[in-house]
Amino acid sequence: MPVICILTYLTRVASAARQHLAVLAGAVLTLAVAAPALAASAPKDWSQVLQQAQGQTVYFNAWGGEARTNAYINWAAEQLAREYGVTLQHVKLSDTSEAVSRVLAERQAGNADNGAIDLIWLNGENFAGMQSNDLLFGPWAEYLPNFQWVDADNNPDMRQDFTVAVNGYESPWLRAHLVFFYDTMLIEQPPGTIPELLTWARKYPGEFTYPRPPDFLGTTFLKQSLMELTVYSSALYSPVGDSHFDTVTEPLWRYLDQLHPLLLRRGRTFPASGAGMRRLMSDGETALAFSFSPSEAPIAVTNGELPETVRSYTLHGGTLANVSFLAIPFNAANKAGAMVVANFLLSPEAQHRAQDPDFLGGTSVLAVNSLSSEWQQRMRQTRRHPAAPSPDDLDRRLAEPHPSWIPALEQAWLKRYSQP
Amino acid sequence: MLRTAPVVLGILMAGPVVLGLLLVILPAFGYLPAVGRDEFSTLPWRELFSAPGIQQSALLSLVSGLVTPIIALTIVMLFLAGISGSKLDRLIRRLVSPLLAIPHAAAAFGLAFLIAPSGFLARLVSPALSGWQRPPDLFIINDPLGLTMMAGLVTKEIPFLLLMALAALPQLDPGRRVMMARSLGYRPVLAWLFTVAPALYPMIRLPLFAVIAFASSVVDVAIILGPGLPATLSVRILGWFSDPDLSLRLMASAGAILQVIISLTAVACWLVLEKMVGRIWRYWTARGQRRQFNGALLISGRVGITVAVMLLSASVVVLTINAFAGPWRFPASLPASWTWQHWVSTTSTLATPVANTLLISLTSTAIALVLVLATLENEQRHGSSRFTALWLLYMPMLVPQVAFIFGLVVFTETMTWQPGIWLVILGHCVFVIPYVFLTLSETYRRLDPRWVHMARSLGASPNRVFWRIRLPILLGTALTASAIGMAVSVGQFLPTQLLGAGRVPTVTTEAVALASGGSRNVIAVWALLQSLIPAAGFILALAIPRLLWRKRRAMQESA
Amino acid sequence: MSEHYLELRDLKLTLAGRTLIHVNTVVRGGEVLTVMGPSGSGKSTLLAAIAGFLPAAFTMQGEVWLDGTRIDPVPAEQRGVGLLFQDPLLFPHMSVGGNLRFAMPSGEQDKTARLKAQLDEMNLGGFSDRDPATLSGGQKARVALLRLLLSQPRAVLLDEPFSKLDTHLRNDIRRQVFTRLTQAALPCLLVTHDAEDAAAAGGQVIEL
Repeated sequence: MPVICILTYLTRVASAARQHLAVLAGAVLTLAVAAPALAASAPKDWSQVLQQAQGQTVYFNAWGGEARTNAYINWAAEQLAREYGVTLQHVKLSDTSEAVSRVLAERQAGNADNGAIDLIWLNGENFAGMQSNDLLFGPWAEYLPNFQWVDADNNPDMRQDFTVAVNGYESPWLRAHLVFFYDTMLIEQPPGTIPELLTWARKYPGEFTYPRPPDFLGTTFLKQSLMELTVYSSALYSPVGDSHFDTVTEPLWRYLDQLHPLLLRRGRTFPASGAGMRRLMSDGETALAFSFSPSEAPIAVTNGELPETVRSYTLHGGTLANVSFLAIPFNAANKAGAMVVANFLLSPEAQHRAQDPDFLGGTSVLAVNSLSSEWQQRMRQTRRHPAAPSPDDLDRRLAEPHPSWIPALEQAWLKRYSQP
Repeated sequence: MLRTAPVVLGILMAGPVVLGLLLVILPAFGYLPAVGRDEFSTLPWRELFSAPGIQQSALLSLVSGLVTPIIALTIVMLFLAGISGSKLDRLIRRLVSPLLAIPHAAAAFGLAFLIAPSGFLARLVSPALSGWQRPPDLFIINDPLGLTMMAGLVTKEIPFLLLMALAALPQLDPGRRVMMARSLGYRPVLAWLFTVAPALYPMIRLPLFAVIAFASSVVDVAIILGPGLPATLSVRILGWFSDPDLSLRLMASAGAILQVIISLTAVACWLVLEKMVGRIWRYWTARGQRRQFNGALLISGRVGITVAVMLLSASVVVLTINAFAGPWRFPASLPASWTWQHWVSTTSTLATPVANTLLISLTSTAIALVLVLATLENEQRHGSSRFTALWLLYMPMLVPQVAFIFGLVVFTETMTWQPGIWLVILGHCVFVIPYVFLTLSETYRRLDPRWVHMARSLGASPNRVFWRIRLPILLGTALTASAIGMAVSVGQFLPTQLLGAGRVPTVTTEAVALASGGSRNVIAVWALLQSLIPAAGFILALAIPRLLWRKRRAMQESA
Repeated sequence: MSEHYLELRDLKLTLAGRTLIHVNTVVRGGEVLTVMGPSGSGKSTLLAAIAGFLPAAFTMQGEVWLDGTRIDPVPAEQRGVGLLFQDPLLFPHMSVGGNLRFAMPSGEQDKTARLKAQLDEMNLGGFSDRDPATLSGGQKARVALLRLLLSQPRAVLLDEPFSKLDTHLRNDIRRQVFTRLTQAALPCLLVTHDAEDAAAAGGQVIEL
C-alpha cells in the first residue's frame, strides 16, 4: 500500500509539473502573437474619457517612501473621488522595479488588457526600459486638457525624458533637481563645484560620502561629476556607444581616485541609498549630502531628523534636473481613469498644493506664465522653508544625459571600486 | 481524505517551485520573450561571470552560509549543555520566543544603530568617556569580510535554533541521560555533550538546513549589515532584477541559479563537516575524557548566548527609543525630547494593513498546519510513506524570492487569477509550509509510539487517537510551529506586493515602502509594529499550553 | 458469558529472513502464557504482532484467533487485546479519571458511578481528578491496570510490566495484576526475563 501511495503521489506531482509546462508554453505562444498589438485609440475626446473613468478604481503605483508624498496622493484621491467619481488607490512601492516586474510578468503571461497597474510614477531609465520593450500605453499625455499649462513648446524638457523623446507616452508631474545640503554648524563654506569638492574634502576629510552606484542617486553624482570634469560633456547627450567611453570618462576616474580616500570610511564603503546617506548626516557622521528632491532637507529638518542649521543649495555651474512623469502600462485595466488622475495631478490646483512647503514642497512643472492671472499670483506666492534652496538656485539646471550612460558608468564604477 | 494530504502538500509546493524554477532557468539561458529575447544562449552566464567582484560575492554567500550555522549551533549546544535552571537560564529561555518575533531586517537595523560609530553605544560613552564630539570614522558595519553581517545572523539564528532544540529536548529525557553519564564520572557539560547532544542533533537538523539556506541567501540583513563592494550574491541578484535595464534580468536569472548552487554547496559542505565532527566525537567519546574543558565549555556557551540575547534585546530597546525620539544629535546619550509624532504620522492608516496582516498570516498558517499535520499523520498511519520530496520544501528558501515570485506571478496571470488577498494567502503558504513542516516533523515522528499503541489497544480509533492523544501531547510544538509560520508570513514582502499587485497592503509592505526613504524613527515605528503580531503569536504559543496544562506537571515540563 | 481464549496458530515472526519466534498454542481464559528470553529475542515483537503494531521491518506468518474469530487482519483498536507495559504510560495531559474514561467503551452507562466504585475498589478513592504525574509508582501501576480492565479487553498482553518497580512494590503489584486478570478470566500473554514473574504467573512457559 505505502509504495502505491508514493507512486501515485509522484505521478501526480509529475503530471502537475507537466501541466504547468504546458500552460507556460501556451503563455509563451500567446505572447509571441499578441505582443506588438497595444496602442489603442488615442483619447482625443476628453468628455468620453471622463465618462469612461466614472466609477473606475485607478491603482497608482508610486514610491511610498515619504510620508508627505503619501499624504499628498491621499489628498488627490479625495479630490478625484469627489470631482470625477474616480477612486485612486496608492500602491506604495519601495522601488519602481516592483511595478515593472508585475507588468513584465503580465506581459509574459499574455495579459493584454486586464493589467493590475493603471499608473506608474517613473522617469529616465525606467521609462526608457519600459518604452523600448513596448510595455507602455500611448500616446495620450498631450491630449490631457491640463497639458497646455506646461507650455511644452517653450519647455522642451516636458517632451524629453533623459534625452529620450516622450512622444506622449508619459505625462509630466513634478520637477526634480539635484540639491546639496550641509550643516552650517560644521562647515563654513560648502563646495561650489565638483572640482572644489575635492579641495573641500581635503580640508574636511570624512565629512562626505555618496550612495554607491547602481543606486540612482549615486549614479547621479557620477553624472554630475562627469559633466563638470570632462571636456566632452556634449557627448553625454547621445547614446554612450557613439563616443569613446574611456576618453570621455577618464577625468572622472582620476578625480574619484583622489576623492575616495577623503570620504567617510576612506571610501571603502558607501551608503546603500539616498536615505542611508541622509541618516549618516542625521547621525553627525557627515556634514554634506545631496538629494534629488529640493524638499528633502526641509522635510528632514521639520521632522527633527536633521538639525535646524542645515541649508540647501545647488552647484554654481548648475546641477542635474529632470522631470518625474506618470505613465500607463500597455495593459492597464483602467486607462481612462488613469488619464483623469494624471490630468488632475497636472491641474493648477494640484500643482499649487504640491509646491506648498506645508504639503509637498516640490517644484511644479507648470509654466506659470501660461496660467490665469489668479493662479499666476498664487503660484508665485509660495513661501520658502529656510532649509530649502532659493529659486535662483533652482534655475541653474543641467539636462540629464542619455540613459545609456547610466549602466555604462555603473559598470565602470563597480569594476573599478568593487575589488577590495 | 488523509491520503490526499501529501499530494495536496506536494502540489502546493511543487507547482510554484517547479514553475518558479523554470521561469528562472529559461531566462538564465537567454529566453525571456517579454523583453524580446527568444533565443537560447549562454550569454547571461558569461555576463554573470564577468560581473566585477562576482567571485567574492559568491564566496561571501558561501562562507556566511557555513559560519553562521556553525557558530549558532555551537553556542546553542554549549548553552544547553550547561543549563542549570538558574535565573539567567530561565530568563534566556523566556526571552527566546519574543526575540524570534523581531523581523530579521528590524533586528539588523537595530543592531546597526547599536554598534555604528555614531550609534547608541558610542553615544552612551560620548563625550565623557571617549572624548568624541563627533562620531569616530571607524569601519564597523558593512565590513568587506561580512563579519558584522555574520555576527548579526548568528545573533538572530540563535533564538531560532534554541527554540527548536527546546521543543525537541523533553522527548530525549536529558535528565536521565546526564545522570547516567555523571554516575560514570563525567562532568555535567561533558555528560550532556556525550549523551544528549548526539540524540538532539538529528532532531534539529532540518531547522539547521533552513539556517544554512537562509544565511547563504539572505537579502535584507545583508543590505543593512553586509559589505557593499562587492555585496553578497543575493543582494546583487536583487539589484539586477530591480534594474531599469530589463535585459539585466537574464543575467539576474543566471545569478539566481548560481545562488541555488551556492546554497546547495553550503549544505554539501555541512554534510561533510557533519561526518568529520561525528568521527571526532566518537574518538573523543571513546577516549573516555571525563573532565577536561568542562569549565571552558560551560563559560563559552553562557557568554555566547548572553551576548546574543543582550544584543537582540538591546536592538529592541534602541528601536523603541528611536520610535519615540525627537531630535537626537550625537553625542547625546538620549534624545533631546520625546514625541508621539512618528506614530501619529505613520499609523493613521493602520487599520487595513493590520487587518490584512492578521487575516493573511492566520489563514496561511492554518492551511499550512492542517496540511502538514495531515501529511505527518498519514505517514504515521500508512507506515513508510514518508514525505519524500523534502527538497521541494527547501526550494522556496533557496531560490531568491525575486526570481521565484516572478515565475509565480506569470503563473497566476496565465491562469487569469485576479490578484488579491486569496492569491497572497496561497503565495504565503509556499513560504510558511516549509517552516511549519521542519518545526513539527521530527517531534511528530519521534513521539513515543507506545502512546499510540496504548490508546489503540484501549479501543480508540486512529482518528480518536489523533485528536485525543497525539495532538494534545504535541500541542506545544504545534503552537510553536504555528507561531513561527505566522512570523514567516508576517515578514513576507515581495510575495505580498507582487501577488497582490500591491492591492493588499500589509504592515510589512507599508514598512518596507516607508523604510525605503524614511527616517530611522519611522523605520523603528514600523519595525515594532511588524514585531507585535508575531510576538503575540509566540506569547500565545507559550501561554496556551501553560494555561491548559497548569494542572499537568509532566506537560508543564515539556512545555 | 462464554470463556475467552487466544489462539496463536502457527505464528511465525521473521526479520530479514531469520525466524525469531515460532509458536503454536492456545491460551485459555484465566491462564497466563509466559514467554521468556533475553532482550533482542523478539519477545516484545510477538506482543506487537498480536496487538496489531508489528513494525514494518518484520514479517508475520500464521494467524491469531481470539474467541473463535480471526483478529490479525483487524485494526488494532477492534482486536480487543489490552496492553500493559513496563511504564504505566498514563496519558500526561489527562487526569486519572480522564485516563480511565478514555478507556471505557463509548456506549457505557453511568460512567461516573462505575469509575468511582472501581477506584475505591483499587484503593484509589478520590484520585479521579489527580494529575498522573503526582502519583507514586505503585499508584500509577494500579491506575494503568484499572484502565486496562475498564477497556474490557478479551485478552491481555503484558510486556515486562513489573520490571521498573521496586522489589517490595513489585510483589504487591504483581499479585494484584494476576488476581484481577484471573478474576476477569482473561487469557494473558506475559513477556519477561524475570523468572519470578514466570513463577508468579504460574502458567505455561516458553523459553526463546
